[in-house]
Amino acid sequence: MKIVKIDKKSLSADLDRLRETYRLFGPVKGPQYYDFQLLGPGQTPDLEFLNTRMSAKSLVYPQSEVMLDYSLDDSQEDHHIMKESAQDYSPRAVIGIRPCDVKGYLLVKRNFDTPDFKDPYWVRNFAATTLVGYGCDEPCRSCFCTSAGSGPFDEEGLDVLLVDAGDSLLAKILSEKGKKLAAAAGWDKQAADGAEQQIDARRQAAEAKVNAAVETDRLAAQNSLDLYDAPFWEDVSFSCINCGTCTYVCPTCWCFDIQDEVRGKKGKRLRIWDSCMYPLFTLHGSGHNPRGTKLQRVRQRFMHKLKYYVDKYDDGIQCSGCGRCVRLCPVNIDIRRVARLMNSHGQDAVACEVK
Amino acid sequence: MTTPHVESVIPGTGGMTVQNPYLPYPVRIEEIITETEDRNLKTFKLVFLNTADEKKFAYNAGQFAELSITGKGEIPIGIASSPTEKGFLLFTVNRVGLVSTALHNMRVGDIMGVRGPMGNWYPWEAMEGKSVVIIGGGFAFTTLRSSIVYMLDPNNRPKFKDIHVIYGARTPGMLLYREELAAWEERDDIHMHITVDATDDPTWKYNTGFVPTITDQKAPPADGETYAIVCGPPIMIKFTQPVLENLGYSYDHIIMSLENRMKCGIGICGHCNIGKEYVCKDGPVFTLEQLSRMPKEY
Repeated sequence: MKIVKIDKKSLSADLDRLRETYRLFGPVKGPQYYDFQLLGPGQTPDLEFLNTRMSAKSLVYPQSEVMLDYSLDDSQEDHHIMKESAQDYSPRAVIGIRPCDVKGYLLVKRNFDTPDFKDPYWVRNFAATTLVGYGCDEPCRSCFCTSAGSGPFDEEGLDVLLVDAGDSLLAKILSEKGKKLAAAAGWDKQAADGAEQQIDARRQAAEAKVNAAVETDRLAAQNSLDLYDAPFWEDVSFSCINCGTCTYVCPTCWCFDIQDEVRGKKGKRLRIWDSCMYPLFTLHGSGHNPRGTKLQRVRQRFMHKLKYYVDKYDDGIQCSGCGRCVRLCPVNIDIRRVARLMNSHGQDAVACEVK
Repeated sequence: MTTPHVESVIPGTGGMTVQNPYLPYPVRIEEIITETEDRNLKTFKLVFLNTADEKKFAYNAGQFAELSITGKGEIPIGIASSPTEKGFLLFTVNRVGLVSTALHNMRVGDIMGVRGPMGNWYPWEAMEGKSVVIIGGGFAFTTLRSSIVYMLDPNNRPKFKDIHVIYGARTPGMLLYREELAAWEERDDIHMHITVDATDDPTWKYNTGFVPTITDQKAPPADGETYAIVCGPPIMIKFTQPVLENLGYSYDHIIMSLENRMKCGIGICGHCNIGKEYVCKDGPVFTLEQLSRMPKEY
């Protein structure tokens, strides 16, 4: 595993070199929040961030994305015939993505890239993207990545891991994509001996700061219908206002709607993030709605992440522990508490649960 | 099960390709048949613009497709034609919302799209050598028509023992495929039990009564060698289920086809789940035994 040293002062020039091959994205501070943006010439990612408000999911799976184009002009030979929309799948790199957001990509990959069907938009966007992660020295109090299968320095899915080392950055090259990017950036200065230990020490210090945890060990063994019928959903969903914030900020919520838009004689079919928090999500044409109540919708979200996903893929929960839904929920619904209720359901211990 | 038909190269993989399952096959509306007296149900006969697409659209009775209308959107509709009928597809559509209303206003010759086939199908392999009872109500008779035509095909009929069909609608004028129903009544290799809720038509020569009642009277008792396929409105299913149980049908011999709001039709967009199953991909066909282990979110 190669570790190179990058002088922070030369980062801007390095990124300019990268821009000859890649479109670059990174965290940028807006008026109030950090969010991922396209980095223009000379622009560097703002690596002082704790985490971005929105997850990095939109870089591979935009909130709205044109899928197909068509003409409604009867004089055209191909009128009313849909065509795949031309998209930019040239190489791009995300500089400064947190490991929890990369974990998010890996969790949703199971949905978009399956043995039966490959979502061509997600698959191509993901293939075009090189992920330059940034070790997370200051996890928030609401973060629980270490118990959600990730961690502040987790290398899974990353092509390069950047680690803060004062005046410089240490870059651990983790994949072929990472090698290519490092070569294009001119990151070839081997770090001094002990860099690996230095990174490891920072990782341990960061992991020690993650105090929150999500309990998941008994979820797989629980009976799905027992959880579905559990009495606690009434209490969990009571304060929910179905705003959908949790689903929009989540790196692993993948649901989308498909809609048509027409202007003049030109039309397009788009997909747009959708949310299981909304009644329209499941409304039948007949007026019947299988999830017509708030309780049913809140239950769906947590059951999906913490039980259906667990049962379907048998490899952890559909959550990377980024903590955004905990921080941004306007009524303080906390997935860690819900996971505890689900995980301990049916056990005597739940009698001691303090609400 | 294959849908995709357009290949695109995945960047950075040295030429690996991915197919686009969201791209509909272009089709032309060949014929429009108004099925019911309320004019709310029309059957659309669709022909592929590119004849090669028909082969790619190989389907089984019980599957569905997304009908695609430019500028409006898509609707998931059961395939009413049978795999044994070549050269066209049939879809019978109830006018309910934006897309189905737009479709009802289209004309012969218009171009639209079809995406699919989607989902699983009735368990034809398991039903080979067995008897089949088809129980349908209202406009949920579409994939059941597909199934009947499929089973009555001379190549397929020897594969099945007795075939019973119990099909009901509110009035005689609300029955779908009336000419075919009459033709099937004349055959001796299928037992037809057509019924209407009520009618004052003196020429009505079939049954009168709700589907569960007629099922009780006409369906053969279960012998472990008979499958029941049930499709209809929730109220019909609710009251037919206990009748079948009384007749001795086990849960794994009662086959149902579900609907839920769908978008992608390929198990990706997340809309139609019931527990961990997606109606569009893991269904729409489930046995009652499977449904008994799933939440009632349909």
